Amino acid sequence: MDFSKEKSDFYNNLTKKIRRHIVKMTNHAGSGHPGGSLSATELMSVLFFEHMNVDPNNPDWEDRDCFFLSKGHCTPVFYSVLAEKGFFPVEELMTFRDVDGRLHGHPCGEHIPGVDISSGSLGQGLSVANGVGLIAKLDGRDRRSYCMIGDGELQEGQVWEAAMTAAHYNLDNVCAIIDWNKIQLDDFVENVKGVKNLGDKFRAFGWHVVEIDGHDINAVNEAYKEAKRTKGRPTAILAHTVKGKGVSFMEDTHDWHGMAPNDEQLETALKELA
Amino acid sequence: MANLEAPRKGFADALIRLGEKHENLVVLDADCAKSNMTNLYKDRFPDRFFNIGISECDLVGTAAGMAVAGKVPFANAYANFLTGRAFDQMRISVCYSNNNVKIVGHNAGTSAAQEGATHLPLEDISLMRTLPRMTVIVPADAVEMEKAVEAAYYHEGPIYLRVGKLPVPIVTKKEEPFKIGKAIKYREGADITIISTGIMLDESLKAVGELEKQGVSAELLHIHTIKPIDKEAIIASAAKTKHVITVEEHSIIGGLGSAVAEVLSENQPAKLRRIGTNDRFGVSGKMDELLDLFELRSHRIVSTANELLGHRVTS
Repeated sequence: MDFSKEKSDFYNNLTKKIRRHIVKMTNHAGSGHPGGSLSATELMSVLFFEHMNVDPNNPDWEDRDCFFLSKGHCTPVFYSVLAEKGFFPVEELMTFRDVDGRLHGHPCGEHIPGVDISSGSLGQGLSVANGVGLIAKLDGRDRRSYCMIGDGELQEGQVWEAAMTAAHYNLDNVCAIIDWNKIQLDDFVENVKGVKNLGDKFRAFGWHVVEIDGHDINAVNEAYKEAKRTKGRPTAILAHTVKGKGVSFMEDTHDWHGMAPNDEQLETALKELA
Repeated sequence: MANLEAPRKGFADALIRLGEKHENLVVLDADCAKSNMTNLYKDRFPDRFFNIGISECDLVGTAAGMAVAGKVPFANAYANFLTGRAFDQMRISVCYSNNNVKIVGHNAGTSAAQEGATHLPLEDISLMRTLPRMTVIVPADAVEMEKAVEAAYYHEGPIYLRVGKLPVPIVTKKEEPFKIGKAIKYREGADITIISTGIMLDESLKAVGELEKQGVSAELLHIHTIKPIDKEAIIASAAKTKHVITVEEHSIIGGLGSAVAEVLSENQPAKLRRIGTNDRFGVSGKMDELLDLFELRSHRIVSTANELLGHRVTS
């Protein structure tokens, strides 16, 4: 069922706000990863504001749902969502990548409220998500474990080791979100090392697969609901997205995978995101 | 003949004993449960044992997730594949994240024996020693192993524990205290300091006895915790004897010998010789044959001591 008008407006405002944070943070730092952050904005916003059972005032609450950003370079969207959700002050976003701040280029699990594990070396997140999922089953706790993975990241073998583990242990409390924006650092994924037939791949590994438009907040919301309803196996949400979404000159190019906008570019971007 | 026991047996016994007391202890293995004796834990606590299959990187990551969920996981695999292949997972998901994961490297040193070079861990201590926050423990025998497992459980933070497969002499005693980071002085001496780790304590004890017969007073320090290393004990002994030999069942590059060299050169320069494997791979052979081949024997410690002290060596 689609969101109400009120909810739709809320998400339109929120995702725009988050995209503005993303370009401002990377501009502030003079570095960072706007492309894959902009592509994951709806996926992250709807997850944290609609589905995840977390308490920003008690980030280590033992029954919380966990989220692991396996594509750890996309901190601009992760930190923005955490700040908007109330894990730390929104003003702190403008300390991104500062030497005396805690919002490092890649997430540090030890210091940042809401970040459950450090990441940044690709391929590691899904294994960690499985660890939480296995223990939730062992302890009989109703908690879920989410992991966001980039499509280029699927080139890392550990992802598929973890995919086998999740299926073998019937981890229906584990949900992988593939931000399928088709672009990695050097080039289009298909030109570097293709990940064609992704749905078939995950299904062959024993997963339930939902394929959606990752910028359609209603589709995103339904996908998370379907993952929760699916019993006996883990769910992979394959979300078709656009790298750099929302900023015309950043869209669909690998140039903005890991480059910050200068002041002039920031101004253009902010106008588009007004 | 000394009483022999496999260090892995001490490991398994301690793990089960801790498992009886602590429900938050979970054990993972990478399809080596029979070899690593974690199958004994599995038989006793089937719910709290997870075989992750032949995938060491996934094993370490899964253990990290279990630690996030509040458990104390012991992640087991053959030492080489664990420390080499899953180094990055230990670096990011375990140590940088400061997760309370116990990494257990099995088939240590020459105990991989006839499996040959691919399976002989001679570099694992070096790798683990470079990781920030990682504590590195290398027990001497099955008795000390039990104490080490217990200490590892109660220690908050990442630990690397090195476990041998084949039976070796029991040389430590149950009643001896075991404290992470604290060396144990087995002999007082005045002329030379011998520093051993792991199963080399046995050969070092023999060497001390032989040296005594030759009129050399050797002090023997056993270092079960290579990181953090007991600087004070090393400095105090070297200040007294001015001559130091390190003995390890591991490469002389990056392991105990290197750790002691760092302490001495910065604090208390002394003449140093490192006994271990050189810059080489292993071969297939029985454990005894490998210890002979690598010259990890008391006679080499004795001859090295005499050479270092400038004594004429009579053979």
